Amino acid sequence: MKIKQNIAISDSGFIFNPTTGDSFSTNPIGQEIIKLLHNSKTEDEIRSFILETYQISRDHFEKDYYDFINVLKKYKLLEENEKD
Amino acid sequence: MKKTDITIAVTGLNAIDSPGPGISVIRALRESSYYNPRIIGLSYDTMEPGIYMHDLVDKTYQIPFPSAGVDNLLHRIREINKKEKLDVIIPNFDAELFNFIKLEQRLSEDLNIKMFLPSLNQFEERQKSNLFAFGKKYKVKVPKNKTLFSLSEIPLIENDFTFPLVVKGKYYDAKIAYSREQIAQHFEKISVRWGLPIIIQEYIFGSEVNVTAIGDGTGRTVGAVPMRKQYITDKGKAWSGISLDDDKLLKITHDIIKATKWKGSLELEFIKTSNEEYYLLEINPRFPAWIYLAVGCGQNHPDALLKMALGRKVKSFSKHETGKMFIRYSYDMIVNLKEFEKISTLGEL
Amino acid sequence: MTKLQYERPVLQLLNSGAMNKYGTRTEYTPYSHIEGVSVHGLTEKYGSPLFVISERQIRQNFKDANRSFKTRYPKVQFAWSYKTNYLNAVCNVFHQEGSWAEVVSGFEYDKALNNGVPGSKIIFNGPDKTEEELRTAVLNNSPIHIDHLDELYSLQEIAEELNLRPKVAIRVNMDTGIYPMWDRFGFNYENGQAWDAINKIMLNDKLDLIGLHCHIGTYMLAPNAYSIAAAKLSDLAINIKYKYKKNIQYIDMGGGFASKNTLKGSYLLGVDTVPTIDQFAEAICTSILNAGFLEEELPLLILETGRALIDDAGFLLGSVISNKRLSDGRRAVIMDFGVNIMFTSFWYDHKITPAQEFSEFTEDMVLYGPLCMNIDVIREHVTLPLLKKGDQVVVHTVGAYNMTQWMQFIALRPAVVMIDLKGVAHVIRKRETIKSIENEEILPDYLKSFSLNGVEKRTA
Ligand SMILES: Cc1ncc(COP(=O)(O)O)c(C=O)c1O
Repeated sequence: MKIKQNIAISDSGFIFNPTTGDSFSTNPIGQEIIKLLHNSKTEDEIRSFILETYQISRDHFEKDYYDFINVLKKYKLLEENEKD
Repeated sequence: MKKTDITIAVTGLNAIDSPGPGISVIRALRESSYYNPRIIGLSYDTMEPGIYMHDLVDKTYQIPFPSAGVDNLLHRIREINKKEKLDVIIPNFDAELFNFIKLEQRLSEDLNIKMFLPSLNQFEERQKSNLFAFGKKYKVKVPKNKTLFSLSEIPLIENDFTFPLVVKGKYYDAKIAYSREQIAQHFEKISVRWGLPIIIQEYIFGSEVNVTAIGDGTGRTVGAVPMRKQYITDKGKAWSGISLDDDKLLKITHDIIKATKWKGSLELEFIKTSNEEYYLLEINPRFPAWIYLAVGCGQNHPDALLKMALGRKVKSFSKHETGKMFIRYSYDMIVNLKEFEKISTLGEL
Repeated sequence: MTKLQYERPVLQLLNSGAMNKYGTRTEYTPYSHIEGVSVHGLTEKYGSPLFVISERQIRQNFKDANRSFKTRYPKVQFAWSYKTNYLNAVCNVFHQEGSWAEVVSGFEYDKALNNGVPGSKIIFNGPDKTEEELRTAVLNNSPIHIDHLDELYSLQEIAEELNLRPKVAIRVNMDTGIYPMWDRFGFNYENGQAWDAINKIMLNDKLDLIGLHCHIGTYMLAPNAYSIAAAKLSDLAINIKYKYKKNIQYIDMGGGFASKNTLKGSYLLGVDTVPTIDQFAEAICTSILNAGFLEEELPLLILETGRALIDDAGFLLGSVISNKRLSDGRRAVIMDFGVNIMFTSFWYDHKITPAQEFSEFTEDMVLYGPLCMNIDVIREHVTLPLLKKGDQVVVHTVGAYNMTQWMQFIALRPAVVMIDLKGVAHVIRKRETIKSIENEEILPDYLKSFSLNGVEKRTA
């Protein structure tokens, strides 16, 4: 899973997709995940990073993570040719 | 003479195809003979053009939508006031006025922020749903109207009205209906946006003439300028208009302000029929978007209102230039995404 | 190293017209305590969902309303409208404050009697009173408010049979400029029905006409409607005096003052827009005082105010069962309470606040109840913090009509606690058990046995 390389994300949590012209805002965790995706981290790497850093169980995070990925997909922020 | 520095917050920065009055009010304030204003924009939406017009608006803050209630608004104004030390607020939207009127005393006493608004009673009395009673009370001709709270009431009005008729929202929107089905369609659309009730109004044939005016709260008219729309956009807004010399219309205006002891700005919308009768369609309890025409005709109403808000005496304007026109134009600003980001994420720019 | 507080990742499209985050502060300012008692503590002890009633708020509301009227009119009496909330603890707080009882059924009548209200202080309203109930009310000397002619005739027969002179009032309906008009109750003023009924009572002389009653609607937003109603009742009273030389003892203006809830479809908030009790009091009292009564003959003014006195004293605490995403991408949160116990969510957009701290990030969502029914929607659209399973919320202004109109449907009804003036919680209605429901059921003997796929029925 990879975020489109031309997506700009700023420290305020503002995201701009230059392909579609949409902008978004995200919370710090969302920002963290998008940055990790941007740096080509795998799902496992992202999960272990979040579980190490935040107070959250694996099951719970997984549910939220897939939901978030689906939202990213819906808004066309992920590379199209990726298989998941 | 050195002008006095002052900080004024203004809403209605949506200078779009159906414009809010904010930008015109700000232009008028910038031409004040007495004050040198710092203008704080108050915006609801991140796309309001005024947010990005830095030559007119010094700084803008997002404020909560009126539907979030009085407490939320007060909380936000306190935050803004801490940074900006506001002297005056000039609200320009119908839908927000109720909340500002509710806050008038508290803002004045607790934060020393002044406004110059109609009383709650004046505000309510001229609501579209009460306008018919208003006409009776103050002896002004008003088209017949009826308020509807549900679709099922539509058949009940058919004895009293003939088609076409006008379907209106509580705050904004007016659409013409030629059939029962169209009433229902307009009812649904308007009520989703502006809530209930919906107002059904008799359609009067004639030409629309408007007056922008201000009252000092004792019954005195401080200024009044009549205007006829010359060109109307498909949203029913004036694209251009011309100031009129119409004593009968001014007399009606003075009478209404005298009878109601109107305080603050107001726009009166009339239909003038072919036999010179004037029907009052609406009273908007604020400046109209075309208020800058009044300035162009020699009456700077926002400046006068500002002075009255600060407790200063103002003389009434005795005349206005007639035959002055306004022609509205649109203009594409170039805006950096950074600016949009700031107002979107931090709520200020 | 201690780990950071987690919050679900969210992404929000910034489109024009969306509520900005400066818009909904109260909805995400946590409401963690009610009258100083912790919400989490309450649900831990009494379960979730849970209704909580603030005794202090009830007494405050009552005192304020009483003052509003008494400072404007010399003789005022409140009667607690049982149907609004007839939990005995609630009724008794009102009775301690000096309220009579206003009831609309034999069941409510018995409740008031059991609470110890003297018969003469129970106002018996409503279209459905059986002969038996009427007889009891006559024997107890209760004021009976006649709704229709059939009732008038029954009462005259009962009076004859018992050889007593029942105290009665008639309920009057009228045009007050408010639509729809509640003309199905009582006798109409404009078409002369009301005056007709008065003549029948006065000429027959078996009933003692002591009052005139109206109840023009509920959640009324127009004080002016009350001044019209009070003027019309006063007019009847003065005509009675003129024609029959009889002083009407009281004018009962019913209930109906709006509480501080936000009606669905209204743009501004109820807390900001609904008129104050002072405004209603001003409308009613001025109208009666100007009607032309001699000062010493001014009637007693009775008020059956319900929702405005109890609504904001009631809270519903609940917990998140789950959150999910709908097919169109909207966030949906499922709560452990639904329309079964919060009937008023059909017409109000109730204010809902979280009971614990959250970050400033919010989401637009639909709030559903737990029932397997599509109608079980608590808020079609609300902006709240990122709720997760187990998080708790407080629903505000639910004191009126919920604890009487709730349904025992699919789930059992929750407990109700009242927090007293010292901040101590008392259970005033226990959480229902399967016993409370099945107690009234009878299973015929022949239905008691069965076997499924050859396996005998379980025995308890
Ligand atoms: C006869 C009567 N009195 C009083 C009330 C209480 O009304 P509210 O709760 O609107 O004050 C009602 C409720 O409908 C009623 O029917």
